[in-house]
Formats: sequence, structure tokens, C-alpha cells
Amino acid sequence: MGYPSTGRTIAAVCARRLTQAVLVALVVSTVSFFMMRALPGDPAFRIAAARYGEDLVSAAAADQVRTELGLDQPWPRALGDWMARSVRFDLGVSFVTGAPVIREIQEQLGHTLVLSAVAMGASLLVGPVLGAFIGWRAGSRLDRVVRLGTVLVKAVPSFLLGVVFVMAFSIQFASLPAAGHADATSVILPALTLAVGLVAGSCRITRDAMHRVRDSEYFMFARTKGLSERDTFLHHAVRNAAAPVVAYLGVQLVFLIEGVIAVETLFAWPGIGHALVHAVFGRDIPMIQGTALVMALMFVSLNAMIDVATLAIDPRRR
Amino acid sequence: MFVLTIAALSACGRSHPESATAAGDSEDMLQVVGPWEIVSIDPLRSGYLFTRMQATETFLDAADDGSPRPAVARDWSVSSDGLTWRFELRPNIRFHDGTTLVVADVLAALERARHPPGSLALAPIASIEGAGSTITIALRTPFAQLPALLAHSSTQVLAPSSFGPGGAITTIVGTGPYRVVEVHPPQSFDVVRFDGWDGPRPAVERARYLAVARSETRGLLAESGQADVVFTLDPATLVRFKVSQRPALVAVTMPRSIVLLMNAGLSALSDIGTRKALSLAIDRPAIARAVLRDPEMAATQLFPPTLRGWYATHVAPLVTDVSEADRLLREVGWTRGRDSMLIRDGQPFHLELRTFPDRPELPIIATVIQEQFRRLGVRLDVQIGNSGDIPLGHRDGSLQLGLSARTYTTVPDPVGTLLQDFGPSGGDWGAMNWSNAELTDVLNELSIVPESPQRDALKQRAAEILQNELPVIPIAWYRQTAAVSDRVAGVTLDPLERSYRIAQITWATRQQAAR
Repeated sequence: MGYPSTGRTIAAVCARRLTQAVLVALVVSTVSFFMMRALPGDPAFRIAAARYGEDLVSAAAADQVRTELGLDQPWPRALGDWMARSVRFDLGVSFVTGAPVIREIQEQLGHTLVLSAVAMGASLLVGPVLGAFIGWRAGSRLDRVVRLGTVLVKAVPSFLLGVVFVMAFSIQFASLPAAGHADATSVILPALTLAVGLVAGSCRITRDAMHRVRDSEYFMFARTKGLSERDTFLHHAVRNAAAPVVAYLGVQLVFLIEGVIAVETLFAWPGIGHALVHAVFGRDIPMIQGTALVMALMFVSLNAMIDVATLAIDPRRR
Repeated sequence: MFVLTIAALSACGRSHPESATAAGDSEDMLQVVGPWEIVSIDPLRSGYLFTRMQATETFLDAADDGSPRPAVARDWSVSSDGLTWRFELRPNIRFHDGTTLVVADVLAALERARHPPGSLALAPIASIEGAGSTITIALRTPFAQLPALLAHSSTQVLAPSSFGPGGAITTIVGTGPYRVVEVHPPQSFDVVRFDGWDGPRPAVERARYLAVARSETRGLLAESGQADVVFTLDPATLVRFKVSQRPALVAVTMPRSIVLLMNAGLSALSDIGTRKALSLAIDRPAIARAVLRDPEMAATQLFPPTLRGWYATHVAPLVTDVSEADRLLREVGWTRGRDSMLIRDGQPFHLELRTFPDRPELPIIATVIQEQFRRLGVRLDVQIGNSGDIPLGHRDGSLQLGLSARTYTTVPDPVGTLLQDFGPSGGDWGAMNWSNAELTDVLNELSIVPESPQRDALKQRAAEILQNELPVIPIAWYRQTAAVSDRVAGVTLDPLERSYRIAQITWATRQQAAR
């Protein structure tokens, strides 16, 4: 990073993302608050059903829940309470479990990060390499076959893909756990389900980036001036193709967050996506707000990291 | 390429018999899978899971037919006026932390159960006292269901070491044949055999409960052999397992019924003729066959035959007869309009049916009923919301029709639930704007009269009144089915869903256990 403005640019990116984080937190908290309020039905009954089970939910149990949780208070006061507590990093207590939301999220986030890291790591090992390989040979039969494969994989919902993997690797091969999180190998199938979709995306982006680089004038000039194919690839193609691939990681995070919700539920993986689904069913407002807030902040901070990485790769942006 | 790598990994796993199986570290670990998450370890919330996994004991136990059985209390007697119950505790009960159970621990457990939704909140208890090894419960009025309430999971007895500084339950230290070693809410907990248990030594040393919310995943867990006993399978998976005969299935009929709730306060539903006509229009065998995939579950009355004493032996069964339904409706003044839909006093027969998807078959059954009623000339709008919408609709009067599944043995004796559902003011999950003085009297008597031929006659009469008056329309009964792996033997199901009976399970063969 021999450019004198690099430090200042990175600081500007971080400042912009920080402002964005504050705004996102504000918007996500408020929107999730109103969305929960706008849902039909009475939250006291739903919370009572989640706490005590459908057989014990009754008007009396709902009244008890309503009084205990102060669900009757007018919305401006409830929103004000939530905002005041949020700025003190107090996310409250889960309506259903009674445990502090922050503790629940810490536990669940750990599981989600493990799953996401394994999925993302595996996809980065395969997707860009495969993409670069076929991009280098754009137009070949292999290129066409792989591109068709990525379209097909992308078109299959992760839920269905997960079921197919379980049938193949847990039932036919009988060697990988179908669900749960107790064994170290439990992460393989949910991570694979997520990773396949990520691979399809990063493979296509890398392929196109590599193809563009190969078609570019600077690439042809490098070859014309006598550099070997290997040197041209290493010194001119990789870095130029990497910029859009790294930027695309930001888009993949959306896919990942969306994916963990379906995949964690399917594989009984006790992560934040699974918790969010149950919180919505149980109308556990503090858990929904807390989870949405943490996911939104995580999303902004990961995007900030991608911005910095893009700056490091591409000096023209500094 | 990626998938090939996984396939290679899988193949490696198979080539080394000593390496992890599909069950990972669980070669000698019994894996039990159910849909219920551990939302809290509190006995009043998901604490029932610890009773089911036999880590904790309730004050009393219940036999399959609901009759009381000894647990923490081994013996009991009631005074001649029915107001004082004396319970003798089992001697030398040890908690999993090695301490001996004392009467104060039991008193604390019973006091906790007196707060809603604890079971004892429903009993007219004046006082609970303990001395030596005797617990004395004084009642304000005679109450025959007391033993049933004392068998509810909210009465589980925990050691003082289970409680944190503020009195909150921080860990589960019970008295059952298994002790809890690890809890990972909301998903799983592990138990190991407790050597201080004073009953027969269980064959299975370690067991794990895993909560899996999705029924497809539970089915796949059973099929893969990762889980040994899997509860609550969806109908499609059941059919697949029945055809393939693997894994084996164990079933028991439960005292739970799918019922159509009706607001008898609406003019359209207030007369018995209309309610009977609606009942005659429902093709229960078709619903049981096509939706539940279990033809025997078509209800012929409210209580299933397994609810002995309550299944009425002398009533005419509920049948399908659309022409008779037509006749009954004409008799009470309904005529077909130009669009062949029913009309009376200028009002169309148009109602809203509420249901919820917690039990996946309910919305499907709701739409089947919608079509069967349409042929009768009744227009239904099906609203799929959440389970709280039905008690809420009772409260604010907005419920017209509701489809739900009701368990009549939340505590082993159904009388309490029936009094809640069919008492003088109706109930959240039962009658609405309907009451029957004779039924109220019969149920009140049932809550006093102990087991006797007189009590049996009262049960039959209650079932008969419900069949004749149809305050709710029974649709189907429930069968609990579990998939059982070939690693284990001796799996039986508890129709009251109080226990998974893991202490009775044995490994099918030692070799398989060590697989």
C-alpha cells in the first residue's frame, strides 16, 4: 500500500460504514418493532403457547403473560423503552425462555458463525478456483457444462438441496449425521448445503471477471511484450479478476444470511437463523428485535471489511 | 468436485468400523428425537422433557389408563369426608447430587405447582403440610382428581442444589433413574444412568434428547439410523416407513381428538339439528384415510376407545349421511338459494373457520371440511392463524368455528379438562355459548366421586351427553407413532406422553450396541 492516501481512505470507509451501522440499527429496530405490532392475533396468547405448549395455553395463561410482560403498555412507551435499553446494549429478556437475549444470541451466533465460516471457507476454496479455471478457457465445453451446473444449483432451493444431501450422505452412505450439532462432523452437511449455492455464485463471477481480463488490452499487451502465460496470469489476471470477486462477497453475505435461516431449521442447527424462526412463531419480540439488530450490524461490519479488502486489491479506488 | 470430496469422506467413514458412525460419538448413546424444544428448564415450561427422559420424578405417576401409581409418594389414603389426603413418601430417595430427599423438598415442589400454569392451581387446596415422611393435603371441597394433578410434570421434585441465588432453576438435579449431565437449550440434553436409583437398573447407560422442529428432518434422522426413537412423524413419512418396513414403527392411540369447535351463540349454530347436520356432512373415514393416512383414526365419538371408561359403549357412532343432513337442515328452516347455497331468514349459511398450523394436518383437514360443507350448501372461509387465535376468539366472541386438537389428559384424569371445556361457561378449547345443566352436574360429581361403578356410570353419561348434544364435532382421534431403530428393543409408548420409558429400553444385541 504505497499510496499516501490509503490510510485516509480506509478511515473514510470505516466512518461511512459506522454511520450506516447506526442508521441501520435504528431502522431495523423500529421496523421490526412495528412489524411485530402489526402482526394479527394477540401476542400474549402466542407467547403463552410458546412457553407452556398448545395444551396449556388458555385465556388465563395469556392474561398472566400479558401482566408479567407489560404487553398492554402503549406503543410509544414500549418503543421508547426498547430504544433506551438498546443504547445501553441491554437487549432485554426473552419473552419465552426468560433468559437474557444477549446471552441467547451469543450462544446462537457462535453456532451460526461456525456454520457460515465453514461454508464460506469451503466455497472460497472451490468457487473462485473453478471460476478462474473455466474463465481462462471461456467458451470451451467445460465452461458451458460448469455454467449450466451453476445455474441449475442456484435454481434449487437450499431446503431441497439439504434433503438430497441427507438422503445421499446420511441414508445411502450412512456416515454423516443428518441433523444435530453434537459431533464435529455435524457441520458438514449444513455447510455443504450452504456452500454449494455460494460456489455457484462465486464461480460465475470469477469466470466472467477472468474472461474480461483475458479479453482486455492490458492483458494482450502483457502477452505481446513477451511475458509467459503463467506470469501474465499471476501478475495481471489474478489481481484484476479478484476485485469484483471480493466485492461480490458482500452479495454472498445476503445469500448466506438468508440461507442459514432455512438450513439451520432443516438441520436442527441451533444458530441465530433457527432462533429467529422460533422467535417469530412464539412472538418473542425482544428476541426478534435483538436478532435482527445483531444480524444487521454483522452485515454492515462484514461489508466494511469487504470495502477495505477491495481497497487493498484495487489501488484505483483509493 | 465438492460433492465428490464429501462422498470420498463418507466412503472413508465406512471403511473404518471403529470410526464414527452416523451417530458420531453415540455408539452407546440412545438417541431420542422429538419436536419439542427446551425453551426453559423450568418444570412449568419445558421441564416436562426431563420427566419424559426419566431424570426427574413427579409426586405421583400414572398408569396407561390414567390411574395413579406410586412415584415420589408410594402410598396414599383419603379421609372419609374426602377433604384430607395423606401421602407417604418412598423411603431413602436420593437426589442425583447424592443428598437424600426430605419432606421440605417435596413441599417446595408442590408449592411451585400451585402457581398457574402448575397443575395444582386447579385444585381447591386449603393447605399442604409435611412431617416426617408424610405429606398432608387439606382441601376446601372434595376433589377426586387430586392424584391426577399430582402426576403432572409441574410437580417434579428437584434438589435444593437445582436453584440459583434468586430461586431460579439453574440446573436439573432430580431423583429419576437418569441424571442430567449436559443441557444445550433449545436443542438437546444428555442423561446418564444414576447409580443411586433405588429401582431396577436400566440397560441403557447414556441417552440424549434432541429437539428437531421439522418433521421431514425427524423422518430422515430415523431413516439414517442416527436416532433410535423418533417421535411425531408426518403422515407421508409414516406411509414410507410402513411400505419399506424400516425403521420399525411403534404406535399407541392417545387421548387426543381433532374437534370442530362451534359458537352455539350464533343463530346458525344454536339448534342441535344444524349441528347434527354439519356432523353428518363430514366424511371422517375419508379424512382419516387421505390426510392422517390411518383409517382407524376416524372418530365415531369424542373419546377414543383407549380412554377406557370414557369411550361410550352404547351410543350410536357418528356417521356420514349427506341426505339425512339435508333433511335435518330443511327441518330447521334452511333452504337452498339460487346458487344452491343454504339460506334462512334471508341470511346465507356463511361462517369463518379458524385453525393453526402447529399440527400440520389441521389446515389440510380444515380445507377438506370446507369442501364437504360446500356440498351441503354451507360456505366456509378458512383462516389459518396461530393457536392463540382460538382462545382469543372465545374471549372476544369473534370465533365462529375452530378446528383444533385437544388432549383430554393433560393431567391423567380427563375430568379437569372436561370441566374447563364443557363447564357452565364453556372453555377456551371446548364449548362456546353452550352449556348443559346435566353435564355440569355429572362433571361436578365426577370431580368428587372416587373410582367406583358409580363413577364409571357417570363417565358414560358424560360421553353420551356430548355425543347427543354435539357442542363440539369430533373429527378424528390421534395415534402417536414412533420410529424405532434396529439397535434397540423394548420400546413402548406412553399414551399419556408422560415418559419415553428409556429405562425399559435395551440394546437389541451387544454387537449392535457396540457398532
